[in-house]
Order: sequence, then structure tokens, then C-alpha cells
Amino acid sequence: MSYFSPTALADALDILSRGPGKIIAGGTDVYPSARPGESPDYFLDLTRVDALSAIRQNAAGTYFGATVTWTDIVRADLHPAFDALKAAGREVGSVQIQNAGTLAGNLCNASPAADGVPALLALEAVVEIASAARGARDVPLADFITGVRQTALAPDELVRGIRVPPQPEGMQSAFEKLGSRTYLVISICMTAANVLLDARGRIAEARVAVGACSAVAQRLAGLEKRLIGMRPADLRVTPEDLEDLSPIDDVRGTASYRLDAVQEQIQRTLQRASAA
Amino acid sequence: MNKQMPELSLSFTLNSARVSATPYPGQRLSELLREGLDARDVKIGCDAGDCGACTVLVDGKPVCACLTPAHQAQGRDVETLRGLRQNEPIAARLAESFQDHGAAQCGICTPGMMVSAVALLRDNPAPDEGAVQDALGGVLCRCTGYRKIIDAVVGAPAIAFDGAGEVGFALRRVDGAAKVAGDELFGDDVAPPGCLEILVIRAPYPRARFSFGDLEAFANTPGVAAVLTAADIPGKNAFGVIPQFVDQPVFAEEETRFRGEAVAAVVAEPAFLVQFAPQMFPVSWTELPAATDIDAAQSPQAADLHEGRANNVMCGGFVTCGDPKAGLARAATTVEGRFQSGFVEHGYIEPEAGFAEIVNGRVELHACTQAPVMDLEALADILGMDRSQIRILPTAVGGGFGSKLDITVQPYLALAALKTGKPVRICYTRNESMQSSTKRHPSDITLRIGADAQGRITGFDFLGVFDTGAYASWGPTVANRVPVHASGPYRIAHYRAESKAIHTNNPPAGAFRGFGVPQSAIAQECLFDELAERLGLDPLEFRILNALENDVPTVCGQVFHQGVGIKACLEALRPAWEAEHRAAAGFNEASGPLRRGVGVAAGWYGCGNTSLPNPSTFRAGVRPDGQVVLHQGAMDIGQGASTVMAQIFAAELGVTPGALELVGADTDVTPDGGKTSASRQTFVSGNAARLAGAALRAAILAKVNAAPDSEIAFGQGEIRMRGATEHHIDLAALPVDALGYVFRAEETYDPPTKPLDANGQGAPYAQFGYAAHLAVVEVDTAMGTVKPLKFVAAHDVGRAINPMLVEGQVHGGIAQGLGMALMEEYLPGRTENLHDYLIPTIGDIPPIETLIIEEPDAHGPYGAKGLGEHVLIPTAPAILNAIKAATGVRLHRVPATPQRLHDALKTGDRNGA
Repeated sequence: MSYFSPTALADALDILSRGPGKIIAGGTDVYPSARPGESPDYFLDLTRVDALSAIRQNAAGTYFGATVTWTDIVRADLHPAFDALKAAGREVGSVQIQNAGTLAGNLCNASPAADGVPALLALEAVVEIASAARGARDVPLADFITGVRQTALAPDELVRGIRVPPQPEGMQSAFEKLGSRTYLVISICMTAANVLLDARGRIAEARVAVGACSAVAQRLAGLEKRLIGMRPADLRVTPEDLEDLSPIDDVRGTASYRLDAVQEQIQRTLQRASAA
Repeated sequence: MNKQMPELSLSFTLNSARVSATPYPGQRLSELLREGLDARDVKIGCDAGDCGACTVLVDGKPVCACLTPAHQAQGRDVETLRGLRQNEPIAARLAESFQDHGAAQCGICTPGMMVSAVALLRDNPAPDEGAVQDALGGVLCRCTGYRKIIDAVVGAPAIAFDGAGEVGFALRRVDGAAKVAGDELFGDDVAPPGCLEILVIRAPYPRARFSFGDLEAFANTPGVAAVLTAADIPGKNAFGVIPQFVDQPVFAEEETRFRGEAVAAVVAEPAFLVQFAPQMFPVSWTELPAATDIDAAQSPQAADLHEGRANNVMCGGFVTCGDPKAGLARAATTVEGRFQSGFVEHGYIEPEAGFAEIVNGRVELHACTQAPVMDLEALADILGMDRSQIRILPTAVGGGFGSKLDITVQPYLALAALKTGKPVRICYTRNESMQSSTKRHPSDITLRIGADAQGRITGFDFLGVFDTGAYASWGPTVANRVPVHASGPYRIAHYRAESKAIHTNNPPAGAFRGFGVPQSAIAQECLFDELAERLGLDPLEFRILNALENDVPTVCGQVFHQGVGIKACLEALRPAWEAEHRAAAGFNEASGPLRRGVGVAAGWYGCGNTSLPNPSTFRAGVRPDGQVVLHQGAMDIGQGASTVMAQIFAAELGVTPGALELVGADTDVTPDGGKTSASRQTFVSGNAARLAGAALRAAILAKVNAAPDSEIAFGQGEIRMRGATEHHIDLAALPVDALGYVFRAEETYDPPTKPLDANGQGAPYAQFGYAAHLAVVEVDTAMGTVKPLKFVAAHDVGRAINPMLVEGQVHGGIAQGLGMALMEEYLPGRTENLHDYLIPTIGDIPPIETLIIEEPDAHGPYGAKGLGEHVLIPTAPAILNAIKAATGVRLHRVPATPQRLHDALKTGDRNGA
């Protein structure tokens, strides 16, 4: 068992190419899921790779390095389209978790209730993947998480960063999370919505993503389409809008409750994202 | 340097000092700090980021040390409470403020709370309540109800003070300074680093047969010091808290009866256990059909868990008076309902932990406990040793709430120390603590109540069936207490209450703050609201109309001629009841999904054992140097017994509490104060402390024939008395007794009770305490979520020995009652951690107004009554009644999770989910 803490990305990729190990950054998912007495061949700690810790904004969009933490995001000066992502960040666990946990780790952990996924889906984020053997490749977030605790990462790959394309001027964003208590809570359901209104105050573009109501968080394409041209005051989310969701029964709630709650939650999130 | 080489050693700054260490790959920073760098002020509650007790600052940012790889500390600046307390003026101020508000009770979460608060206050010197909640939302506290922590961080005016500390004075805790400095030593804080550790092997199924493989070969594995099984128990392989019900094995033999039951233990070097997975232990399992609820356990197919307990009925309880059938028959209105609740986990932040070593051939055992002498007695039987060969040295207790009355780690520690001859330690993981510790009994209650047209209760018929789990624990106590208390604090002349405790293949249900009464109160207090509604009566006035009074018999036929304070509690709520109703009605005039409601509920609770001897003995002495020593045997598990006993004793002796030296409940040197249970310490041990103080004073005064009202002053080697005449005692001139004292007093108090007859008639308790709560809630009717907005809690405590500690108990009890009402349900195999099992966070507890009622009790010290358990009895029904008032929906099952309330709202089922 070894612990590697490289400072260069190339070194990290080289270590990863030698065989399977455990990539660690904030540790907020690695340790809780660790099983007693079982340890990986090595830990690969990415937090000292300088190139991965920055948030960059330019004409190409916004880039979050793999070790950018939730606190970094909450404190960053970002376009209003990122308000849902920031709100999600403030609801991740606790301040302690937000200070350590990373956006990339949230995606790689691939929990159906990952707080960051709906907002990033609504931002049309792209995951940048790297390996020593094959260089870099981009995967849209919607294709990156492939199932419960499953991603498109090959064993020798890591997430280098997350890229969000430029967001339309005037796009607004909101996030709602439902849980059984205030802090440190896993979602029963959550919704992120990004909305752009036209000059007449009608919805020109809407992106609605829902988490914890299917194996992988997803956007509601039918609803998004139906909203175009609507005035926010007229919009009513209906059960038909939720047809793509497939929630489960668990200790936090039943599937039918989730569907009822998320319908109301989408309605509220859209209303907030559409508010002037 | 090749950056791809594994890093072996690291150096960083810890509390301003340069340190270096060599962690193993993947070692948690929390473990390195505690075991490698002597920072035991960093507490570990869950190892999963769920509780925040281990919060430290890394480069100024709060993180959970349990989720931080030790290697990430390389070159960083790490600060823990102990260092901050010494180096950071903000922390020094906060330490005072925490003591000024009683913001540290047991103290196990205090390091996490204070470290998080320091980080906040460095950024924001004047935070508001919301900012404090956001900053401290990641640290769980099970004792305080959080409001006093918020007050301490925002710097609200103090409610506790240093001072003379007379009875009735809100003295700061006598043990507070150590708690806020990170110096308090809990169960896992006393063992020397590197000593042998114990890992318990537990059943993975609710019921299973098992057989061991080659234990001898396993025991010879390098790093393993010993293996323990039932075969290693020299005495009786059984323990239990009630002599007739000693039925739980230390290690199961052949068959296990619940998931998490112990079958063996590995005693090994720490380095061995790091790489040892429990499934590598040589044991094979065969899962057997299990009964995991009351119905299944009573079905004809179910196997009996214990011989002689047919149909898995462990025991029952019964109380009746008058003619309940006739009373119900002549009622103008009757209501009935079935109410259910699930397992509730105690959720103390300190897992069970301890340390043992052999000293001069005797077993010396340090562990967190609520009942050191019961631990001693249990160990004597298990070890087959004389009591004199065992010493229990209780550590500080990081929350107990009933579960640390039962032995847990003690036999493993003692057996391992005896078998290896070496010092040994153990600390349960959160997972095994939750699997194996006792729980609140799940309940299934059917109740029918009738009243006449004027609203007076005419009849009451109660049946409560409780899931007592696989072993007895305190189940018989629950079965006994419930029928005595199910009436609530009301005059009910025609009454019948029966309870049954049913064994299942679930964790043992035992003692948890209220012993079944919180469950029965939900049924009774919710149906009282239904009855009032049917009768068109105001729910509060309906309760006042039926409230028990002096000279009115209880359902056990016990008549108190004084001290019955329930009416005063209920009447104290009237102003808030009217104001909050008006406010809620105003709010509800607006349309929308948010609805507000106000609910009320009451409760009572008998202090001390039910009709059983329940003595406490206190010893005190004066050393030749003039120091007064109080042997304080009433375990302080955070509630403040040490402070209360010091105040009472000091008041009787005529000194200030600060002048006392306290010796804890070490069984070698301190007499048995009895267990911290049944809300008995202030009442029973308080009386023993009172008597001991009076006796010591009398002995001193008698020595020189001083007047009874003389002032006593203890000086270096002398005592001076000033009354009508002045006296002086030169202590050096006096003989020193075997215990090192020149004056000594030892006094016992045992509350007067009488046995209950076959109908439950008698005098079960010398005193009851009384309570009434008002809750205001806001329901999001679209989502099914409930947000409590305010509590007003009236408590008759007879006499508040220390009003700050009274408030602390009220706040903490309400937080637990709120958890039980809204979010807490333990499901074996599913919610065995603190992210699936939810307890309230700092964001979930609204402001609480405490109204202290003092209806003195003739038996209580200075009139004082017990309080600890009383508090959470009215909370859950008050919340359920408030939900009903807000929405029209009556819930019949707790917790009222968003889903359950939503489903009930959706179906419009007024009889509830």
C-alpha cells in the first residue's frame, strides 16, 4: 500500500497507468465508503497538482479543475446561471464537507443523490478526462455518469476538470433540495433549473434537471420543450412532465412521494429561476 | 526527488508547533492526531463526516479530520481546540461564553463546535443566528438542543455565573472548564497509544447459527494476541440489568438472536487490525428464519427466542382502578386510536469505548458508563471474580440517555486484559454502536378514552405492545412504567392499562429517556386533542379541567397531598397559547401551501425506581490540610449532576461549591450513588448529598460545641467557626482515619415507595415531576415537511437547584422529542449510521422558551424534583397536535416524515397514516 501525492498531472497519470488504485482529493466519499480492513493498492492524492485547483473563466466558458472544492465555487464570482450550482454547494453536507469535497469527486462518486449533478446538467457541463495512454477526451456530463456508482472512466483515467460552455446573457438559475433535516442531509429529491426569458418575459430557453429520482440525475427534455414560449406565471408542471423519472423506495421516501414532491419542487424551482 | 515515490514521513504545524509523523498510507488525520501526536482533544464520533466532532482547522478552514488523509497535512497549519484555546483570543472568549450558557453539556461535541465557531468568528466577528447555524450545521450535538450553543457564539448575555453557588443560583458547571479546553477524557481518551485493541466479531443476520473454524490457528497469526469466545468466560456468560431477566450472553453460543450480536473478539496489535477485515475471521454463518416485528414474533410459526417465554411474551404490566368499562359506557363521547412508533437510537456522539489493565492482579477498567457499580456487579458474575478484584473508573461520558446503563465494552475489556495480561482498549465504530446498543422500544398502542358532556374523563382503556428486541435489558421496566404513566398527569377514576413486551430478532430495546412513557404519551395526548375537539373544548382548557391535583388519587391510588404541579404548568402556557393561536390564524389567512398550527401536550414522570429500593450514598470528608472532599458518585453524563451535588452539599455544609474537591465515581473510593437513570439523581442523590453535608457540618460543630448557625470557614490546616462565639479547630491535632480524613460523613437516602398490588395499586414513586409543552409548527402542505417555529416549555421541577442546568435539560429533551416526532427511526440493516439515521441538526431546533414552575416536593432536596426524562414526554405529541391544528390531519405514527405527512394529506385521511 502506498500514498502518492504528485505535483504534476503527468506524474499522476503515470501512476494511474500502472494499475488500479484509489484517487483521493477531499476524502468525503472515499473514507465513508471504505470497508474495514480493506485498502487499495495505493492512494493517488490529486490535491497537490497545482494545475487542477483553479477556476478559470474566459470566452470559452468556465473551467473547474478537478480539485476545486465546493467552498471555492460558493465563493467564486460566477455568472448568475451558476446560482443553482452555488446553491447546491451550500447544501452539500456541511461547511466541513464543502471545504474538502470537490465538484469532480461528486461526479466520480456517481451517487444518484449527488448534489452537484443537476446544476451541472442544467449548465450543459462537459467532463474532461485524461489518461497517460490516450491523452485527453471530453464527455458530456449526461454521458459521464452511466449508472448508480458507475461512470465512463476507464481504470487508467481521471477527471482533469469540468468545462461549462458560455451561458446566455440573462440566464438565471435556481436550485431546490428536499431533505428531512436542515444540514448534513441526503436529498429526497432535488431540482436545478436554468431559465432564459425573452424580451416579452416569455421563456426562451429552459433547462431542468432532477436528481435522486432516477439512477442518474437527468434533464426533463419534454418539459423543457413545452416551456418554450410560456410566461412563467402560466407554467404548471404536470405528472406527464415526469415520465422519464424512475424514483425508488428507500429510507428517505417512497417512489410515489418522490414523484409528488418533485413535481412541486420543479414548479417552485422554475418559478424562482424565472423571477426577475 | 522522485515525486512518484510513496511519501513516508511528513511534517506540519500542529497548534503552532512543528511536528513530524509517519502515517500509514490512507491513515485518517483524526487517528494520526489522536494516536500519534497526543491530540486527544480531537473527538471521533462517526468516522464518516456525519457528526463533525473531529473538526480541526487546516490552513484555517474547518474540515473533518476523519475524512482528511493524514498526508494532506504535509506543510499545512493544523489547529485543534486545545491549541486554539491557548493561542487564539477568540477561542479563549468563546470558552468563557460556552460556560456562561451551559453550551457544553457532556462535552463530546464541544471541540467540534468550538473549532467551527472559531473559524466563523475569525471571518465574521458578529455573526447572526443564521450564520452560526450555517457554520455549525456540520457538528451534531445530542445534549443541548443547540440553542445555548448559538447564544454562546453570538455572545448573548450570560445565564450562568461564577459565584457563591447557593441552591437556586445558576452556577457555571464545575466541570465546564475542562470541557471547553479539550481536556475532558472520554471513554477512548485514556488508553496509552499503541496498546492492544479489541475488535468484536458480530452476527450479520437477524438470526443465525454459526460455527467457528480453526480459532487456534487464527490466534497464532502474527499480531493477534488472543481470541475471545464464550469458552473464555470464567463465570456466567450472561448479563442483564434486572436480576430476574439476566439473559444476554457476552458471546452468543451456537445461535445469534439479532444482527450485530457478538460471537467472538480479536485482541490484536493496532497495525494488525488496520488490515484485518472482520469477514476474514474463521466463522461460518447459516441464516435462520427470523421474527423482526411484533406480529411475526407472535405468529404460530415463530420460534421462541427464550425458553420459558412462550409466544415471545417476555413480561407485561397492568394497572387498573375503578370500573373502566362502565366509565366508558356512560361517556358522552369516546375516541379511540392506534398509535405506532419505531426504534429510536440514542445517538450519543461518543461511541462506547474504554480501556482496561491488570494492576496488582486486579482488573481496572475505565469506560463511559451511567452505572459504574452495576458494571462492577455484572463483571463479577461474568469473570467469576470477587468484587474486590475489580475496579471501575468511569471516564467522562459523551452522552448516555439510557443506553450506557447496560454493559457494552466492559466484559470484552476485562476478558482481554485477563487473558493477555496486557493493557487493552476498545472503541466501537458508529456502525457497531448502532447495531449492538439498546434502543427505544417500538410501540403499538391502542387506546380508548371517554368523557362526559362537561369534558371530564370518565374512562380510559389502554393496551401497549412493545417490541423489546432479542434480550430483556430494561424491557421489564418499560412494561412496568407504562401502565403507571399512561394516564398522563390527569385525574382518571376508571382506568385500565396493560402493557406487553414481545421478543423479536431485533436489537435489545432498553432504557431511553422516558422508559416507554414518551410512546404512551403520544397516544394519550393526541387522543386528548381529539376528545376536546369532539366536545368543542379548547385543548388547553380541557387538560386544565382534567389535571391531577393535590389530594386526588393517581391511577395507582397514590394520593399526593402536596407537590402536584401539572395545573400550574398548563396554566403557565395560557398567555403563549392565546398569542400563538392568534398569530397562526393571522398567518393562515394568506393562501398558499404553508400552514401554521399550535399544539399542546403534557406529561408526568415518577422519579426513581418503580416501587423498588433505590438508594444513593454520599461520602464527604475534611483532610488534615483543611480541604473538603466530596465523593460524587452520581454519574454526570452531561446533565450536570456534579454541579448540582456540589451546590446542594455545599449549601448544607455552609461553603461555596468552588471550595470543594470532587472525587468521581471510582468504585474503589466512592460509595454507590446509584445509576444515572429514572431522573433520580437530583432527587435521590441530591438528598444523599444534602444529608452528607448536614452530617459533616454537625460533626464539625459538635467537636467544639459551636452554635448550629455558625459560619464555617476552612483554612490551611484549620477550621474556623463564627456564631455567637468563635471557635477554631487545628486539624493537625486530630486523628486521621483510614481514608485520610479528620472529619468524615457518609449518608444514604432511599426514597419511600410502596409495592404495587396485582391491580397496580400502591405508591410507585415518592415524587413525580410535571411538564407541559406548546409547539408552533409550519407545515409545507405540498411537500409534507414540518418546520417547528417555537416551543414554550413549562416544567415543574419543585425547586430549580441550578436554573441554567434546568434549561439545558429542557432544551436537550425537546431536541430529542423533536427528532422522535419528525425524523428518527432506526431500521436494523438500513440506518446503521448517522447519515441514514437522522438526528436534529443546529438548523432544526427553533427558539425554546422555558418556564420554570416551582411547586416544592416534600421529599425533594430543597423541594427539587427530577427532570431529565420528563422533558421529551410532551414534545412529540405537542408537535403532532400542532400538525393536526395546521392541516387537519392526525398522524398515528412517528416519525412524521415528509412522506408520511404528505401521504396523509394527499389521501385526506383524517385518521392518519
